[in-house]
Amino acid sequence: MAENLMRVLTERFPSGLEVLSDAPGDEVVAVGAAVLRDVMTWLKGPPLDYAMLLDLTCIDERPLGRGFTMVYHLQSLSRNHRLRVKVGLAAESPAVSSLAGLWKNANWLEREVYDMFGVTFVGHPDLRRILMYEGFEGFPLRKDYPLRKRQPRLKERAPDA
Amino acid sequence: MKGAFLTTRFEHVLGWARKYSLFQYPFITACCGIEYMSTACAHYDLDRFGAGLTRFSPRQADMLLVVGTVTHKLAPVLKTVYDQMTEPKWVVAFGTCAVSGGIYNNYAVVQGIDRIIPVDIYIPGCPPRPESVLDGLIKLQEKIQNQRPEWRWLKT
Repeated sequence: MAENLMRVLTERFPSGLEVLSDAPGDEVVAVGAAVLRDVMTWLKGPPLDYAMLLDLTCIDERPLGRGFTMVYHLQSLSRNHRLRVKVGLAAESPAVSSLAGLWKNANWLEREVYDMFGVTFVGHPDLRRILMYEGFEGFPLRKDYPLRKRQPRLKERAPDA
Repeated sequence: MKGAFLTTRFEHVLGWARKYSLFQYPFITACCGIEYMSTACAHYDLDRFGAGLTRFSPRQADMLLVVGTVTHKLAPVLKTVYDQMTEPKWVVAFGTCAVSGGIYNNYAVVQGIDRIIPVDIYIPGCPPRPESVLDGLIKLQEKIQNQRPEWRWLKT
């Protein structure tokens, strides 16, 4: 199954797709940002039928000398199979095309990644913060966000002695 | 009992009346709420201490129970709720998060609600057991009993 899936994928997308793991139940592929939308559209439709986007998140890998990495977790209900798709992004002003048109839940998940990591999703219908408040500066889950930086909305009282 | 009489002090009677008629506003944000519920329900029964009437409007309450984690995003809401309550009012920080921020020392969480509003009683615990909550409530009642407020209407 796993070998078959990987062969189908690499045959369909000979360029811009790399198999990172073909361990059964833990299949991971890396996809170029340019072809992400094409790959995802094809994965969602027949025959693979990854109809469900389980989660979508991001890793700040700049301390490792890389950029940001987007991670998409897909589930095929009809085939009872999961697939992880990774996309490497630039370290400076990372951007990737939005999948909100493919899976509706990607709308809020991408807003969360934008809020926490500052990744721009090109084509997103409503890209604004979802968790942090208005006026919050910076992206708190980036590795270069200062650990002790606080941005209170109210002027804080001195704690009672 | 014909001819029986009682002498006392006005402030003592007022403190006694107030400490046994606490109308609470539960500001519940996190898992401590479960412990608050079990304290309020029949097994531990806050009503035994006269704190049984939970109000869901701050304008009707005189005891603000801040139960759970308060984030910077939520802080203005808590301040507004406190400001809406009429005097006299008391604040209880329920659980470690409300007391000090607890395990959360990060970009999102207020490091204790006393950075926003004054607090009368701190109940530590993650979450506090119902016995701790009742102990805190009794300590608050002692504080209310012994308070010496300035009576505005007596001064004029």
